[in-house]
Amino acid sequence: MSTIGTGYDLSVTTFSPDGRVFQIEYATKAVDNSGTVVGVRCKDGVVLGVEKLISSKMLLEGSNRRIHAINRHAGMALAGLAADGRQIVTRARTEAANYLSFYGEDVPIKELSNRVAHYSHLCTLYWWLRPFGSSSIIGGYDIDGPQLYTIDPSGVAYRYYGAAIGKGRQAAKTEIEKLRLAQMTCREGVMAVAKIIYGVHDESKDKSFELEMSWVCDESKREHQRIPSDLLMEAKAMARDAQEDDLDAF
Amino acid sequence: MGSVVRCDRYPYVTGSSVLGIKYKDGILLASDTAGCYGSTVRYKSVERLKRIGDNTILGASGEISDFQAITNLLDELITEDWMWDDGNKLGPFEIHNYLNRVMYNRRNKFDPLWNSLVLGGIKKGKKYLGMVSMIGVHFQDNHVATGFGNHLARPIFRDEWKEDMTLEEGVKLLEKCLLVLFYRDRSAINKFQMANVTEGGITITEPFALKVNWELEAFRNPTKGAEGSW
Repeated sequence: MSTIGTGYDLSVTTFSPDGRVFQIEYATKAVDNSGTVVGVRCKDGVVLGVEKLISSKMLLEGSNRRIHAINRHAGMALAGLAADGRQIVTRARTEAANYLSFYGEDVPIKELSNRVAHYSHLCTLYWWLRPFGSSSIIGGYDIDGPQLYTIDPSGVAYRYYGAAIGKGRQAAKTEIEKLRLAQMTCREGVMAVAKIIYGVHDESKDKSFELEMSWVCDESKREHQRIPSDLLMEAKAMARDAQEDDLDAF
Repeated sequence: MGSVVRCDRYPYVTGSSVLGIKYKDGILLASDTAGCYGSTVRYKSVERLKRIGDNTILGASGEISDFQAITNLLDELITEDWMWDDGNKLGPFEIHNYLNRVMYNRRNKFDPLWNSLVLGGIKKGKKYLGMVSMIGVHFQDNHVATGFGNHLARPIFRDEWKEDMTLEEGVKLLEKCLLVLFYRDRSAINKFQMANVTEGGITITEPFALKVNWELEAFRNPTKGAEGSW
């Protein structure tokens, strides 16, 4: 896993002999060390969920938002360095607002993701900039239906049915692959995402976490919003019960 | 390159009066749907009442293109406010202040947005009704009107408006004034809209017409009292 890029890892404008840019890979490590972020595309919308690791008991619940609305019809969940993520959100919002102002219609999710990817990539081209230590999952609903994209520090955007980034991404991806997303509604998706995040949370390594979730779906009138509190409580309760059942199974 | 020196521009397509009153449960705004190109009533389906967010309505008289620019600005403002998602939303007082800043700053650059704006809303039980003019004069009152409405409708409001009217009373009062405006304002047409904002939300009516009576005595010999007219 760990590679030593001695000498070739000092600048983002340097390739290694085997064609890697180590600075970008190190930036990705920052993402891999943060709380898990999961996104699923269901048949009627997109659900995003974040495992917000709580660093201090003094933190107010609901603060340090990790999911942000980009426009009415799209939202972005962030993993990695929080400040870098904030910058990406600001840029995405500007891009979406400019597109709307210029073309008179909501920015298509594909275009939005391309622009965010372009911006991330920009910061890997100059030695006086460093790559963003932050990946984002964009979930949105436009004229082509619900869509899910992931943008990583290298500036690549991929479109997914289900995606996970951060600490527990391997385990999360395994769980997501078991889901039949094309037949699931977003309500079911909310339950599934909550269960996955509770499942991948490592009690021994990290203390507590707060689950933050949002969706864009037909039920939310195709607007990005936080999951209604009653549904969120239901999802959390179900996820907690599912964990206890798993523990009992041992 | 360089800054363009703009002089006072002229309005091209204009809307006539907008009326606004406070009533028991909220605010009522009314206007006709005419867009005049000089002395020609060229556009007859111009919506001059717009909803802003969840609890504010805006009506404008004056240059229609400037009104469209203002609503674009407000849409961007409202969307940005919405994205904060912090349980707080911009209310009518805040938007009034924003519009006042916009209008006043444009006036200071000798490039005004040629509108008289009527803003009405209700937030957390507090009712608001106010006006911002193209030079940045702004105030709040129980009843407001722009343009000809100032001369023809406001005297009627001063006589007949009272605190805590019902919706029916408010609508009746506005319809009376709209009718007077239709009779006497040459740029008004018999096609109106009314907007209602309460704590429960905003409704803007489909365009409607009022019953007119041209058999009134005053219309029989219209130049009777006019000295020196032909």
